[in-house]
Amino acid sequence: MIYGVALVALCFFLGNFVGAFLGHMIGLNSNIGGVGFAMIFLLLATTYGMPFMERNPPVADGIRFWQEMFIPVVVAMSASQNVVRALSSGHVAIIAGLVATVASFFFIPLFARIGGKGILDEKFAEGGEGR
Amino acid sequence: MNTIAETVRNLFVSNGLVTAFLLVGTITFFSYGISRRLTNGLLHGSAIAIITGLSLAYAGGILTSGSKGLADIPLFSGIGLLGGSMMRDFTIVSTAYGADFNELKKSGLAGAFSLLFGVPLSFIVGAAIAVYFGFTSAVDIATVGAGTVTFVVGPVTGAALGAGSDIIAISIAAGVVKSIAVMAITPFAAKFIRIDTPKTAMIYGGLMGTTSGTAAGMAATKPALVPYAAMVATFYTGLGCIVCPSILYYALEVIF
Repeated sequence: MIYGVALVALCFFLGNFVGAFLGHMIGLNSNIGGVGFAMIFLLLATTYGMPFMERNPPVADGIRFWQEMFIPVVVAMSASQNVVRALSSGHVAIIAGLVATVASFFFIPLFARIGGKGILDEKFAEGGEGR
Repeated sequence: MNTIAETVRNLFVSNGLVTAFLLVGTITFFSYGISRRLTNGLLHGSAIAIITGLSLAYAGGILTSGSKGLADIPLFSGIGLLGGSMMRDFTIVSTAYGADFNELKKSGLAGAFSLLFGVPLSFIVGAAIAVYFGFTSAVDIATVGAGTVTFVVGPVTGAALGAGSDIIAISIAAGVVKSIAVMAITPFAAKFIRIDTPKTAMIYGGLMGTTSGTAAGMAATKPALVPYAAMVATFYTGLGCIVCPSILYYALEVIF
């Protein structure tokens, strides 16, 4: 099981390393999409390592445990947000944040038309969980 | 009697992360109960749990006047560790397992387009509202606009352009408002806007951008779509840090 957890950790660091390196190259002192690269690494590792994972189910269990922990982590994250500041920050911040959110939602259907249907669209639209 | 209460309290305080597991488990248990019994499953259990979390964060902020919500109360400090950026990023990475790589390749273009459009959209909205509220200097307007992109891009841009700390504070607040609004609105909006496929999830990630917001919003709507939304969203802040203090700022400078 620890192999699965360690694999996530390895991808986490590889991805963040790439992100930090990219940020450094561009001259920014911040990490550019490190988590995104880490996800791509894990996706590649698990896609190509599927035969190994099927022979060793605990490896997948190690990844799945943290996958399941994602929602509890998100709940803890929401409980540690600075909600008071957000609500007392004055009109500019509240209106800017809200309008930007609502405006962004309205553009989703527009972009959904780019490039035809996804492969899994039907499967998800039927209400399946897809996983 | 007093000492027993103190011992129990100390036990919770010195084992903060374990306390957080217990607390989050309890919140989740009741949230799913409420979801089933009161809303008949209409409102996802995690959506109720997240809204409960936000309310507790508000209560914590009022009680302690700190900046980390419930985590500022010593008894619940473990919540800050469990919900911190390290655990958030680690669990987000783990969600990539089980996602479909071909789907990502096929719909990745729509995700990339939404990313290139999403950052300027939020920036322009934020900048326009700053102008409406009487800000006149290009630096201030750009900083508020960048904060509306995400609460990381705001201070990065403000620092690069030399904005005042009061403006940077507003820009951070705008980003926090957006992040919280995304968390709270997504479960409702997803029904009308139809965020129900990997492709729409990627577009959603690219347009909203805030990693915490999209991750929580998607978790409360359709957990299987989290990796698609999160993968695109994690590039949003990086892109914002590149274009806000440069191209978008210069564009503003031409106007003002």
